[in-house]
Amino acid sequence: MDPVTNASSETVALRMTGISKRFGPVQALLDVNLTVRTGTVHALVGENGAGKSTLMKILAGVHQPDGGAIEIRGNVRAFQRPAEALAAGISMIYQELDLAEDLTVAANVFLGMEPRGKLPCTVDHRQAERRTAELARQYDFDIDANAVVGDLSTGDCQIVEILKALMRHSSIIVMDEPTSSLSESEATRLFEVVRALRRRGITIIYISHRLEEIVDLADEISILRDGQLVHTDVMARLDIPQIVHHMVGRQLKDFFPARDVTPGETLVSVRDLASDNGVRQATFEIRRGEIVGMAGLVGAGRTQVARALFGLDPKTSGTVVLEGRSLRIETPAQAIAERIAYLTEDRKRTGLCLGLACSWNITLPNLEAIGMKHWIRPARETRIVEQIAQRVSMRWAGPQMPVDSLSGGNQQKVLIARWVLAESKFLIFDEPTRGIDVGAKKEVYTLLNQLAEQGKAILFISSELPELLGMTDRILVMRRGRLVGDLVTKDTDQEQVMHLAAVESN
Amino acid sequence: MNKLIRQFLPFATLTLIVCVLSALEPDKFLNTENFLNVLRRASVNGIIGVGMTAVIISAGIDLSVGSMLALCGMLGAFAIIKVGGSEPTPMAMALGTLVGLLMGTLCGLFNGVLITKLKLPPFIVTLGSMGIFRGICYVMNDGQPYNVPSYRYLGSGDVAGIPISIVIFVVIVAVAIFALRYTRFGRYIYAVGSNREAAFHAGVNVDRVLIWIYTLTGLMTGIAAMIATSRTISAQPTAGQMLELDIIAAVVIGGASLSGGRGTITGTIIGTLLIYFLRNGCTLLGVSTNVQFIVIGAIIIIAVALDQLARSQASVTKTG
Repeated sequence: MDPVTNASSETVALRMTGISKRFGPVQALLDVNLTVRTGTVHALVGENGAGKSTLMKILAGVHQPDGGAIEIRGNVRAFQRPAEALAAGISMIYQELDLAEDLTVAANVFLGMEPRGKLPCTVDHRQAERRTAELARQYDFDIDANAVVGDLSTGDCQIVEILKALMRHSSIIVMDEPTSSLSESEATRLFEVVRALRRRGITIIYISHRLEEIVDLADEISILRDGQLVHTDVMARLDIPQIVHHMVGRQLKDFFPARDVTPGETLVSVRDLASDNGVRQATFEIRRGEIVGMAGLVGAGRTQVARALFGLDPKTSGTVVLEGRSLRIETPAQAIAERIAYLTEDRKRTGLCLGLACSWNITLPNLEAIGMKHWIRPARETRIVEQIAQRVSMRWAGPQMPVDSLSGGNQQKVLIARWVLAESKFLIFDEPTRGIDVGAKKEVYTLLNQLAEQGKAILFISSELPELLGMTDRILVMRRGRLVGDLVTKDTDQEQVMHLAAVESN
Repeated sequence: MNKLIRQFLPFATLTLIVCVLSALEPDKFLNTENFLNVLRRASVNGIIGVGMTAVIISAGIDLSVGSMLALCGMLGAFAIIKVGGSEPTPMAMALGTLVGLLMGTLCGLFNGVLITKLKLPPFIVTLGSMGIFRGICYVMNDGQPYNVPSYRYLGSGDVAGIPISIVIFVVIVAVAIFALRYTRFGRYIYAVGSNREAAFHAGVNVDRVLIWIYTLTGLMTGIAAMIATSRTISAQPTAGQMLELDIIAAVVIGGASLSGGRGTITGTIIGTLLIYFLRNGCTLLGVSTNVQFIVIGAIIIIAVALDQLARSQASVTKTG
């Protein structure tokens, strides 16, 4: 009956201590200590790749930490599987909701724990429905237990996920970017739901990039940066500029190789670009020898700008002028013929043919350009590929090796080599340093500089602000499909970019 | 090293089967006539197998080739009878042959267009067209075959003692090996099968590549159909039943991956010969046809299992 220990195990819902996790060359988390008090809304913020999702996946038993301990209400737990975390009262609501779309709300809520019917191997649907409806009423959720989930809005689906968590007696609910795909009114309703849960003593860990809603909603906040927890505080004691400062506040070391080039005349000019896939308005120019960065939160429409330019998404409006000529691009093949290159953000899914030889991957879009429109001449192909490989300082056992035998950094260089060989004039690099180690990053930066020095125009999309600030001449900022900023890199800083990207202007 | 073993596994199995059969039945098995006989039988499947290899490398499947074979044969024979009557001239027979080839090409085009333009899975499209083609065969002549007694050249003719069907088979195989290795189209087939999205992002006109693959497979099937028709001097509406499965088996035994991006013509030819030598051997040894099914079924599973085993060991050595 010691009041102090009683109080601490009563008031601390979750304590994670010394959590570390490595994925190959990437240290995703390092010695993270997170304490979340019972019945609070605890915001977890950080830049893309800061480690928020990894930390929560460790909590949910999806990943196992390399080191550290998890205490739930004072009991040390180690989860090997998501089911164990769920049984301990931890529910995750991911950005991409995982509901069975063809089943009813009640069936989803009871999925895997269906009430037994009178006959063996049957389900008492009526009981499931009744209990779901009761639970929804308890929390004032306006939802029909009998509706089919596929017919519901995203906001309603989140309510279903929450009901699912409540039916399993979860005491901690983690929400990962819950408002990213909600309309304004749905978001407002979700905030009410979150407050209702808090009133009932449920602990919420709330991950979001939208800082205004966090300031409104959260009681406490923890800020991650580069896999480390840099600050935990009571929400009321921080304002948005301070949060941003903690999120991005690191010194730029002279990690970025210098570039000696004066941008020439305008090479690419994009006017009023829009697409059905999330670009609402983008107008910008890039000059010869210029590296222009593109910043924005996940879902701000950066990749969609690239896709529209490269003929992957149909444009609904806008003109693209390259070297004074207005282009009509409807397919990637046309874009490549106009000497536009797109290094995709997902090299495994849309970049490489993983099982095929490195040389095949490098020449794939270039066969016609290297005089092999109909007939392949393997000896000549190998010679060309080896020359290009030298230029990008490729390290491989040989051009005939399958691409999947290479490290991530060298795989990325295979793709860069492809576009170097294509002699592209305008290159779009979408997250070119994602998931590669520090050494390979530096090599990618050097290659970008070389390309700029050869007079190419480069659009460099990245979620890592330091590399944009270190590498670019200008930075374009996207927010919700619109280009909201065109900044000169040497006159700006991370906080200004982050503000433009994350905070609604008044 | 593992890669070498994997590539030579089907070849080694084939050699083993030939050696064992030579030892068991040296008189009946080990002579030119028997070998030519096996090759001639294998040529129909082998020719279609060339197309099927491209289809499977592109991560597709074509279940309709058996029915397509019957349909091409029926139409070709019908044309011969319509144009030449009961005593068709060589010209009429050549025309009928062309009709058969054309029909195959159109059937393949039909499959390819549906797969790419309606964005349907190849399995579904060709499952459907399998039924459609077979149905047309039955409707055409009320389920009766067309007999073309003088249409013998493709099936029984020879060039310098070598059956004409084997000559056609060898030529097609040679062209296909060359095309897969040394043409841009061949390269695109592998790229589309390995990663369709990535190929598209690299400017490959994926739809056009796929349509060509299925169309050419149709043409191969048309050629095979006319050879088969000529061999039996009649076009049966029931011809080629279950043929597609035999051919897919041969391609897979030859080391192609049903998930695409991997496969060779030589592998398929070895797979085809393997199946036919097994059949031949079983017949010579007096094993019943029914038992042959069991043997060949088991061989398919063993071949693919060994292939998988070699792959997983290769990946262990890579990471270890």
